[in-house]
Formats: sequence, structure tokens, C-alpha cells
Amino acid sequence: MEAQTAAPAVNSKISVKDLSFYYGKFRALKAINLDIPENKVTAFIGPSGCGKSTLLRTFNRMYELYPEQRAEGEILLDGKDLLTSTQDVALLRARIGMVFQKPTPFPMSIYDNIAFGVRLFENLGPTDMDDRVEWALRQAALWGEVRDKLAQSGAGLSGGQQQRLCIARCIAIKPEVLLLDEPCSALDPISTGRIEELIAELKKDYTVVIVTHNMQQAARVSDYTAYMYLGDLVEVGPTERVFFKPQRRETEDYITGRFG
Amino acid sequence: MVDKHLSTQFDSELGAVSSRVMEMGGVVESQIRTAVHALTQFNEEAADQVMLTEKRVNLLEVDIDRELSSIIARRQPTARDLRLLIAISKTTANLERAGDEANKIARMVKSIIGSGAARNLPASELHIAADLASGLLRKALDAFARLDVSAAVAILKEDNQIDREFDGFLRKLITYMMEDPRTISSSLDLLFVAKAIERIGDHAKNIAEFIIYVVKGADVRHSSMEDIESVIR
Repeated sequence: MEAQTAAPAVNSKISVKDLSFYYGKFRALKAINLDIPENKVTAFIGPSGCGKSTLLRTFNRMYELYPEQRAEGEILLDGKDLLTSTQDVALLRARIGMVFQKPTPFPMSIYDNIAFGVRLFENLGPTDMDDRVEWALRQAALWGEVRDKLAQSGAGLSGGQQQRLCIARCIAIKPEVLLLDEPCSALDPISTGRIEELIAELKKDYTVVIVTHNMQQAARVSDYTAYMYLGDLVEVGPTERVFFKPQRRETEDYITGRFG
Repeated sequence: MVDKHLSTQFDSELGAVSSRVMEMGGVVESQIRTAVHALTQFNEEAADQVMLTEKRVNLLEVDIDRELSSIIARRQPTARDLRLLIAISKTTANLERAGDEANKIARMVKSIIGSGAARNLPASELHIAADLASGLLRKALDAFARLDVSAAVAILKEDNQIDREFDGFLRKLITYMMEDPRTISSSLDLLFVAKAIERIGDHAKNIAEFIIYVVKGADVRHSSMEDIESVIR
């Protein structure tokens, strides 16, 4: 598949070049070429098993937890290949944070959920740490709801609050890119609406990439949409164009519900 | 109308609303034909019939709009489906207005008959333009049913012909009025009739433009024929 550029006029934060990915012998991504524009929201859509989560997980090398998985090609973060072995993975994941489908609060207080990651990378005094925790919770639009119960367990929050806590935890270490892997699939519509509001706010400071099964969500929150199918990147472009007049028949069939 | 969705319910909703548009088109078409008959024969009964049909056209328009809102609310259509629903809404509005023009013709015919000046006017010379306009609307509906882009382009070109007929008729009418000023009042009625016919052609043209919008995703309103042809290539 030829190289596709989402937004030639905008800076690329991440450039994927000829990326293939293997689960053992199975080739889950087939020579993907894609640019992720800086300070924009890019959504990956496609049917189950199309490779959208796999692609997202290559961006912070999450797959390295599993020995039989490997990536080929290049993923340039600000022009530097993040797949090379000299790249410090912990540092990479601090720059490129990830939020998962199910909220994953640590079994500790709300405060420590945020502070935990910060302590790994920075040595802040108590006042600075308090400020950082408040800042992160404010950014995640959660501060108002938890300011009086910071010492309580994160597990006591509602699903939507837990997910915003995870986003706050991600933001607290000041990443450059946020990867969201179906962040709302376990949430009710109100919580989903809050997260979507938050995504619109976050793109001012971060580059956001979101994987979603909910096409309307992609249409609502993203600036660019990439449609994937069977490990190929079929089409990528401005979200409005993809949902109003996609350029490829396969994309049209999928987004209009003719896929099957 | 187009190939199948995963949801057969969605398909049948789209099919139902599309056939309502065709039904409405059929009613408006016959309204126009009856109006033309009323005009060329100065038949008051036919004129009354046109005016009676208007209510049915209005009801159909309201019905179709309600169905469209329901589909949009429930299905969140995208891409071609979204364009189709927008085009149906616009087409329905154009059909309703074409029906209004038929109604206007019927009213003018009754007024001319009432004035007793009918025999002295060149009404039958509007026959060609009237046939062109109602034929154009029928073709536009046919093309819409089949989403036929090349038929749509042919309609756009044909509308220019109606406009030329209108200009020719206008000149003729002016001669009549100058020769016999007593016909001025009825001639003006006839001018409104000619204008109504020309407008029906415009509505057919608008519908044809929406066919291109559905299929090609390009809005060709207010575009030159040259631009339109480059879009559909």
C-alpha cells in the first residue's frame, strides 16, 4: 500500500514507515505508512482484528512484554526511530502514555495513583508533588469530584472517574503523546461524553491517538481518521472527509454499515 | 436504492422513504400535467383539480421530513447514506415548490377564464415549454430513482432550453400587449404562468444536481457546466 499522509500541512509527531508486525508467524500489520499529526486527535477505526490496537501498541512498544511478538520497519518520534534497541523503553513510555480499555487504577489512594509514576522520573518535594497531583487531576477534569477524598482508594471511584484517573496518571508525568485504546468502551454515555470533552481539551497540549470501535465517537472527537482492515491501512484523511465522502469503497462500506 | 446494509431494517427504512419521494413526485407530475391541460384547453375543472391536489402534496412533504428525521436520529447515517438523506430532503422541498407552481398556473388559468380574454391570448404557445418542464421533472425523478449521473447532466443541459423558450414567449407576449392593450391584464396572468413553467424546469434541475451530490459527493449548485463535467469524470 502506498504511503498515506494524514496531514501534509501539519507537523508529524509520529511517522510510521513501512511498519510490519508479527505475532509469531502471523503478520498482523502489513507495511503501514502513516503520519500522526502533532496536537491533533487521530482515530483508528476498523473491524475487530484489523490491527488498530496492534498499531497503537507499537507506538510505546507495549508488545515487548511478549517474547514472540516483533515489529519491523520504523516509527519515528520527532524524527528518531523509537524501535531501535538503544531506546530506553521506560523513558519512551513516559513520553508516550497509554490508557487502556478497562480502567486500571493502582490499588492505592487516588493521590498515590498520580504520584506513583511521577516519583519514578522526578524528585519533587511535598508541595510540588501536591501541585502536580492537583494539576493532573484538573487536566483530566476530575479534580472537583475527588479533591476532598484524595486519600481514598482509586478503586472506590465510578468507572468513568477511574478512567479519568488513569488519564490523569498518564498526564502527570507530562507525556507528549497520549494513546487511548478504546477508553470509553466500558463506560456509560455520560462518562463517555466527559472523556470526549476531555480529549478535545487535551489535544491543545498533547498529540492524541485513539482506537475506538464506536465510529460515531471517532467522528465526534478526531481530526483525522484512519480506517484499517486485515492489517492494511486502507484510508486516512481528515475525519470530515472520511465520514462524508471517503475515497475508497472499502471505507465507505465499513462506515455506512455495509460491511459483512 | 443502493446495496445492502448489515441492518436490513435500515435498508427498508431507506427504501420506504425513497418510495415516498417517488410517490410524491408522481402526484406533482400529474398535478403539472393537469395544470398544462387546464391552460391549453382553458378548462376550469382541470384547474380546480390541480388546486385540490395541493393538500396531498403538502402532507407527503411533511410525512417524508418526519421519516427523514427519524432515520437520522436513529441511524446516524454517514457518507453516501447521509448524502442520500440530505438529497431526499432537498428533493422533497423542490417537488413541493414545483407543485406550488402548478397551483399558481391553475389559479392564473381561472383568472384568465374569468376575464373572458382567453381566446385572444397565445396560451397554446406555452405548450412546448410546459411539456419540456413536466418531462424534465419526470426525467429528474427517474434519474433520482436510479441515481443516474449521466441522465442528471442531460437534465441540466435541457433546462437551458426551457429558459430559452421562456425568453421567446416573453417577447411574443410583449407584442400582444402592444397591439391590444386590453389584453394586458390577462397577458400578465399568462406571464406568471410562463414564469411558473420556467420555475418547474429549475426545480427539476435542482433535483438533478442532488443526484450528482449523492453519487459523487460534490455540490454542483451554482457551478458551470464545465466544472460539473470535470466533477463527474
